[in-house]
Amino acid sequence: MAWISSGVGCSHVPALGVAVDKEITQDDYYGPIFKGFEYSKKWMEKEKPDVVFLVYNDHCTAFDASCIPTFALGCAAEYQPADEGWGPRPVPVVKGNQRLSSHIAQSLILDEFDMTIMNEMEVDHGLTVPLSMMFGTPDEWPCQVIPLAVNVVQYPAPTGNRCYNLGKAIRRAIDSYDEDLKVCIFGTGGMSHQLQHERAGLINPDFDAKFLDYIANDPVTGSQMTHIEYLREAGSEGIELVMWYVMRGALNDDVTEKHRFYHVPASNTAVGHIILENHAEGKA
Amino acid sequence: MTKSEEYDDIPGTIVFDADRSRQGYHLNMFCISLREQKNRDAFTADASAYLDKYPMTPEQRQAVLDQEWNLMLELGGNIYYTSKLAAYHGINFQELAGIMTGMGSTDYRAMMLAGGRSIEGNRNKKEWEDK
Repeated sequence: MAWISSGVGCSHVPALGVAVDKEITQDDYYGPIFKGFEYSKKWMEKEKPDVVFLVYNDHCTAFDASCIPTFALGCAAEYQPADEGWGPRPVPVVKGNQRLSSHIAQSLILDEFDMTIMNEMEVDHGLTVPLSMMFGTPDEWPCQVIPLAVNVVQYPAPTGNRCYNLGKAIRRAIDSYDEDLKVCIFGTGGMSHQLQHERAGLINPDFDAKFLDYIANDPVTGSQMTHIEYLREAGSEGIELVMWYVMRGALNDDVTEKHRFYHVPASNTAVGHIILENHAEGKA
Repeated sequence: MTKSEEYDDIPGTIVFDADRSRQGYHLNMFCISLREQKNRDAFTADASAYLDKYPMTPEQRQAVLDQEWNLMLELGGNIYYTSKLAAYHGINFQELAGIMTGMGSTDYRAMMLAGGRSIEGNRNKKEWEDK
């Protein structure tokens, strides 16, 4: 049977992708950030998932204003890195697992999560930056990837509670898959940041620390956080953080925190990162 | 949808909700079209003819031509869209933030390196009015 072994929370700041692609990850500005991910790359080499289930948001790349699905599940054989206006990132094509995607789509819909099914989809920095942070610069990504794109651009994003419960449904779907596959789930985006208007540049380290504590130790309480609190305290784009609750919902109630990292700034954003492992005999 | 949402009290912030999405639809679709080189070329060749393809309000159209970045957001634009127009003009995300905040790139970048804009004093409009 398939099983979820671990979860990763990770910002997907586009500037980090640019730093990787331009090979400036060791300079004074980016060096401290990439140092915070050195453990993560070593951890990932040992973890060796067969599949990464990656929760992210599209930034008006695969979806423009004409179509705004709240949850869009990738069901394609592969996903091309998108041209976001300055050429596609020079990263490997992202390979999917169509049979597992189909199973998850069917299971989720019967579980009353009405997914949009994407049989073709380009993926932007929201998906490829976390892969770069966790896997570095391989010639091919070392595992298959199933993307789940969540709308956080047009208000309202799904609630933290909805995301958490979707994570639980994804867990049920993966647990009921008939093939032996080790799955690591990523929740991406954030942390506190605001990209727009006169309050741009907002960063709230106290909020971010509290958020990481909730994710690790008390996700049920954390998942009840209201949209207004995210918008006010974490910035208008900080609401991306609800996506981390999809990841957290798919893990056991009790997890082992293997790694945590936080840094300000990357461009306009606070970078946050956490690695959580399911206990070998934890309860679902 | 009720007007005067709770989030309208956050200072210097335009929450892109369904109402603003409706108002800004053609503005945003224009901006995102600039993701493609052939469209950037067409806009460069004849800005007026290119803008005619997107039935924006006269105010939105003028904001585009004047590069009034905050006004575009107030008229229904969203930052992930307007940033494509900024990129067309050679303005990156951090430079755009420098313009929108009125700080300029150098001061904005220095603020970010020093830890960003504090939440203290920036939670609600009253705090800004009292400044």
